[in-house]
Amino acid sequence: MELTGAEIAIRCLQEEGVEYVFGYPGGAVLFIYDALFNQDKIKHILVRHEQGAVHAADGYARSTEKVGVALVTSGPGATNAVTGIATAYMDSIPLVIISGQVASHYIGEDAFQEVDTVGITRPCVKHNFLVKDVNELASTIKKAFHLAKSGRPGPVLVDIPKDVSNQKAEFNYPSSIDIRSYHPAQHGEIEQLKQAAQLLLQAKRPVIYTGGGVVLSGASQQLTDLAHLLDFPLTSTLMGLGGFPASDRQFLGMLGMHGTYEANLAMQNCDVLLAVGARFDDRVIGNVEHFGQVPRKIIHVDIDPSSIAKRVKVDVPIVGDVAHVLGDLRAMLHSSKQQPDQAALAEWWKQVDEWRSLNCLGYRNSDEVIKPQYVIEKLHEITGGDAFVTSDVGQHQMWTAQYYKFNQPRRWINSGGLGTMGFGLPAAMGVQLAHPGATVACVTGEGSIQMNIQELSTCKQFRLPIKIVALNNRYLGMVRQWQEFFHGNRYSESYMDALPDFVKLAEAYGHVGMRIEKPSDVEPALKEAFARKDDLVFLDFKTDQTENVFPMVPGGKGLSEVILAEDL
Amino acid sequence: MRHIISLLMENEAGALSRVSGLFSARGYNIESLTVAPTEDPTMSRMTIVTSGSDDVIEQINKQLNKLVEVVAVMDMNEGDHLERELMLVKVRAVSEMREEMKRMADIFRGRIIDVTDDAYTIELTGTGSKLDSFLQAIDDDLIMETVRTGACGIGRGDRVLKL
Repeated sequence: MELTGAEIAIRCLQEEGVEYVFGYPGGAVLFIYDALFNQDKIKHILVRHEQGAVHAADGYARSTEKVGVALVTSGPGATNAVTGIATAYMDSIPLVIISGQVASHYIGEDAFQEVDTVGITRPCVKHNFLVKDVNELASTIKKAFHLAKSGRPGPVLVDIPKDVSNQKAEFNYPSSIDIRSYHPAQHGEIEQLKQAAQLLLQAKRPVIYTGGGVVLSGASQQLTDLAHLLDFPLTSTLMGLGGFPASDRQFLGMLGMHGTYEANLAMQNCDVLLAVGARFDDRVIGNVEHFGQVPRKIIHVDIDPSSIAKRVKVDVPIVGDVAHVLGDLRAMLHSSKQQPDQAALAEWWKQVDEWRSLNCLGYRNSDEVIKPQYVIEKLHEITGGDAFVTSDVGQHQMWTAQYYKFNQPRRWINSGGLGTMGFGLPAAMGVQLAHPGATVACVTGEGSIQMNIQELSTCKQFRLPIKIVALNNRYLGMVRQWQEFFHGNRYSESYMDALPDFVKLAEAYGHVGMRIEKPSDVEPALKEAFARKDDLVFLDFKTDQTENVFPMVPGGKGLSEVILAEDL
Repeated sequence: MRHIISLLMENEAGALSRVSGLFSARGYNIESLTVAPTEDPTMSRMTIVTSGSDDVIEQINKQLNKLVEVVAVMDMNEGDHLERELMLVKVRAVSEMREEMKRMADIFRGRIIDVTDDAYTIELTGTGSKLDSFLQAIDDDLIMETVRTGACGIGRGDRVLKL
């Protein structure tokens, strides 16, 4: 049967099992919205800004193992989506973004709402397509989903001119697709696995360092099994949190710029490093020369060969899917019946525990002013450590990463690579839709929340009972912290005057707002908010204005050149 | 070090800009870049001449391989290879210089492909350095215009870049 391009696009999404499309209509996508109107399998979530649509699809994807889908119109619809796309790209999140384009015969004429979407998004997508022929639409969408979720995942954009969405073609959705130039590796090379196993068995001061790849690959079980078999200390990047249980004795906490003392020193001083689905980025290992001063053997497992040996030299590169590689590695070690040097390992653990005994995340609580760390600790306690927690970007993000001990993957949803303020609330919408009935908290600041505050309206329309935990210190806290440390206390434009009354603002959108100003009110307020299962509650915590995130490895410094809290 | 990287890619609109965009976005050098369809009309072959440390060249190869439309990549410098570039050079050729120019073209195995009253257009192929040598051998003032294709490379013997 012949269908229009718009109908084909929707049928393709149905075939892919898409539940939700996050989007915003406009001229170039009117036919597609018409096709959406005439079906009831896919639910459309009308956001208030296209950036919100992409972040929501992103939150949906991060909290599930599915591909998130966003639909935007041409021109400003597409450009508004770009920050969301770049956010997903940096964190390797599988998305398919469908954008409308002006009709084919207008392309290149500077038509109304025309922009070169494929050109603008090219550097921040895994791949993109401009569909010129309606007969190729179905296979293109099939390719888009295949590319988005396989290999190293990422966002894929499909740009559909308006006339293509109105032309007719026979609908055949291919059951599988082969792209001749694209065959990502699954299993690691056996020789390299053997070398890796040998190195791990010879290690005297080993560390396992894990990243977002563990979460994306669904490799938590394999990682936990391997780590337990070896009894090695383990640290995780911001993106990897939850990939290994934070409550496990072997977990040293997050590493990097705001990582724990024990994680960073173990990383710096190890003799064998097993890096898994992580990419040694600047926020993680700091100064690459300083990191290189200590000789160590590095085994690097990643599905993307270009992540390997990009910033540091690697001794054993293993290209493959993390879950497969870790499973194979464990089986190999298990059947070898060999063990690492237990005396050396005990000595190493003694050293690591000594670093750990510094208790670098300790802070002095106050009866006078709300400490942000305390809010996160209480949030963890009251949600049983089991909530989905999204965050924006800044101090609150780091405190959440440090103090909310994630025991499961896909519970910690934040913008790591791009560091996008405004991510938290729309991402939480996607998470809540994917997990109706689950507890979803959005930890944010008064700066970040205002970057996509309009989505409170979407939350009302779709009855999303998100709990917004705003750590409101009246400063762009992380900017203020850097200005205090590195710019002579000159707080250039980091103080926000004329903040809205967030309680009234929440109420104006039809939600519940709470202002919390005393430490003794923190716990009761959180309890009350989380008891309101059906309501979105905006908790406006007035927190200590001058609190800083510690430990801190300043930009460009080495992992052991750390600034600790003065109280320690 | 200078490297010649050859790649096969889907002959699709936008594929070229993905490659050139990759080089500019990641700050890699491009000395020259040539591209044309192959005997299989669905594929183009591109030759990129670039330079960088071993680490950078390794990243360039990996990043190119990562592009979805790139079918195969070969770093010519990893084995024996041949390199050729075509140059057209238009020189002023009047009176006694006409004979001199013709002799110079012969020495470099160039061909005069167009003649006017006061100019020759000479076609020359060879490695980049041979073309450079030719330009150095003739008087700057006589060179009216030059155009070069950039290098293309091919592996020797059984070293083949084909799907």
